[in-house]
Amino acid sequence: MILYITKRLLQLIPVILGVTIIAFSLIQIAPGDPARTMLGQHATQKEINEIRDRYGLDEPIIVQYGIWLSGVIRGDLGRSIITNDLVVNEISSRFPNTIELTIAAMIFAILIGGVAGIISASKQYSITDYTVMGVALFGISMPVFWLGIILMMVFGVILGWLPIGGRIDLFIPYQRITGFMVLDSIITFNLPALVSSIKHLILPAVALGTIPMAMIARVTRSSMLEVLRQDFIRTERAKGLSERAVIYKHAVRNAMVPVVTVIGLNFGLLLAGAILTETVFSWPGLGRLVVEAVYERDYPLVVGCILIFAIIFVIVNLITDILYTYIDPRIKYE
Amino acid sequence: MNRWIWVKKTFKKIHIYLKKFSLYRIKHVDSGSRETKTHELVRRFLYNKSAVFGLALILILVFMAIFADFIAPNEPNPSPPELENSLQPGFWDENGAEGKPLGTDMLGRCVLSRIVYGARISLSVGFVAVGIATALGVTIGVLAGYFGRWVDSILMRGVDIIFSFPALLLAIVIVATIGQGLDKAMIAIGIVYSPQMARIMRGSVLYIKEMEYIEAQKAIGSSNTRIIFRHVLPNSLSPVIVYGTLLMASAILDAAALGFLGLGAQPPTPEWGAMLSESRFYIVSGAWWAATFPGIAIIFAVLGLNLLGDGLRDILDPRLKT
Repeated sequence: MILYITKRLLQLIPVILGVTIIAFSLIQIAPGDPARTMLGQHATQKEINEIRDRYGLDEPIIVQYGIWLSGVIRGDLGRSIITNDLVVNEISSRFPNTIELTIAAMIFAILIGGVAGIISASKQYSITDYTVMGVALFGISMPVFWLGIILMMVFGVILGWLPIGGRIDLFIPYQRITGFMVLDSIITFNLPALVSSIKHLILPAVALGTIPMAMIARVTRSSMLEVLRQDFIRTERAKGLSERAVIYKHAVRNAMVPVVTVIGLNFGLLLAGAILTETVFSWPGLGRLVVEAVYERDYPLVVGCILIFAIIFVIVNLITDILYTYIDPRIKYE
Repeated sequence: MNRWIWVKKTFKKIHIYLKKFSLYRIKHVDSGSRETKTHELVRRFLYNKSAVFGLALILILVFMAIFADFIAPNEPNPSPPELENSLQPGFWDENGAEGKPLGTDMLGRCVLSRIVYGARISLSVGFVAVGIATALGVTIGVLAGYFGRWVDSILMRGVDIIFSFPALLLAIVIVATIGQGLDKAMIAIGIVYSPQMARIMRGSVLYIKEMEYIEAQKAIGSSNTRIIFRHVLPNSLSPVIVYGTLLMASAILDAAALGFLGLGAQPPTPEWGAMLSESRFYIVSGAWWAATFPGIAIIFAVLGLNLLGDGLRDILDPRLKT
C-alpha cells in the first residue's frame, strides 16, 4: 500500500512540472513585455530593469523557466501587481474560505445525493424514484450561477431568511486562527460568529453542491440497482435478513466504488463551480480571487491561483484513487 | 385558433407515419423481413422517449435560432434604448409591458426576444467549440492510439496535464491570455475539451486496431494514411457523435459561465450567461424575471443535449453504457 502511494506520488511529478510549464508560458504568451506584465502599466524603467535582472529575462527561455521554477518551489510566486502584496499571502488568506465552501458543498451533495440515490434504487419505478431522478436530471443541466441567483432571490430577498452574500456579518468580532471561520469560531467559543458564518455558508454550499448531488444520486441509484440484482443479495433476503439490513449493511458498501469515483471526478467540477458561486455570493475565496486577478490582468496572481487549483485537483484525484483500493480490496495496487 | 388545428394535424400526420413504419414498438418487427441499418437505428432511437424529448427540445432551439427574426416579438437591441420601459414585468402582471411577454431588462429590452436571439449564440458556440475540440482531440487520439509507443506516451502525458486543471478554470486562463470575447471563448472551450475527445478516440482506435479487417489491410500493404482515413476513422465515428453531443451540453454551460463572468460574450450581445449576469443585481429590487428566464433557456438547451446524447449512446455505442 505504501509502495503504491509512493509510486503514485512520484508519477505526480511530471504532471505537476507540466502544470508549471503551462503556468509559466501564460506569462510568456500574455501580450507585452513579461517584466511589464509582472509589474503592471505604471512601472518605471528602473523597476523593469530590476525585475529583468532578478528573473533573468534576458536569458534564454529555459533558463528563465528554471529561475522561475526554483522561486516557485521556495514559495516565491512574486507580488501582486495591484496590491503589491506577496501572492502567497493573498492566496493563503483566501484559501481556507474556498476549502470551507467546497467541503460544505460536498457534505451536502454526498448526504442528500447518496440518500436520494439509495431510496430511489430500493423503490425502483415508484413515484419517489421518478421524482428523484427527474430532479437529478434537472440538477445536472442547471448552471450553478443561475441556481445561486435563484436561491439568493428566494431565501435571501423574498423570504429574508439568509444573507445574500459575504462571509460573515461585518460587525461581529472574529479572531482569525486557522482561517477556517467555522472552526475558528468553535475554537474561540464565539457563538455569534459561528452562527453568522454558518448562515453565510448555507446558500453558497447548497448552490455549489446541487450539481454534484444530482450526479451522486444518479450514480448511486444505478450502482445500487446493479448490486441489488446480484446473487449474494438474493441469498441474504432468502436467509431472512430484513430489507433494511440488506440495503444499508450489504448493498450500500458494495455499491460505493462508482460513487467514490464520481465524488472524486466531481471535485474538479466543484472547484470550477466555486469560481462561479463565489462570484454570485461575493464569497472571499480563491475563485473570486482568480476572477478578479483576470479582470485586472494581475498575472502573477493568476499564475499563483491556477497553480494552487491544479495542485489541489491533482491531489484530490490521487486520494480518490487510493480510496478505491481501500473500499474495494479487489482492485489491485498497480 | 386556426394555428392549433394546424399543429394538431401535423402531429397526427407524424403519428400515422410512425405507425406505418412500426417505429413505435420493437415487438412489431417481423423477423422475416430485412430491416436496413438506418431504419433499425431510427426505430430504436424513437423507442427511447427521453431521447426523442431531448431531440425535440434541441429542434425547438434550432428553429428559434434560425427564424429568430420572425419569432422574436421585438428587437433584441433597440436603438435608441427604451429606458422608460426598464424592468417592466411580463404577462403575469396586470401592468406588465405590452407585447413583451417575459418582461423587460434594465435597459428596457424585451427579455423574450433576447432569449430567442440568444439561442443563435449559444448553439453556435456549442457547435464551434465542439468542432474545435473534435478536430484537435480526434487528431491526437488517432495518432496516439494508432501509432502507440512513444507517440502515445508523449501525447497522453500532455493530455494528462491539461486534465489536471478544472476545465472552466483553464478556459478562464486561456481567455485571460488571448483576450476576452465570444470568439475567443469558443476557442478556449474547444482547447479545454479536446483532451476528453482525445481519450475517447484513443480508446476506440485501440479497439479497432486489433480488428481483423485492419490486419487484412496491413497484409495487402495499405499505407497508414489509407488505413486511418478509410477504415479507422469511419469505424470510430459513433463515440465521436455521442460524446460530441454530450460535450456540447457542457460547452454551452461553460460558454454561459464565461459570459456570466464577463469574459465571454460582451454586452450588448444577447448571450444567456451575460444576460443573467447583467440583470442579477436587479433581483434585490424585485425584478426576478430578467435573471430567471435566460437561466431556464440554458437549462433547456443543456437538458436537451444531455438527453439526446444519452439516447444516442444507447443506440450507437452500447459498449459505453454505464
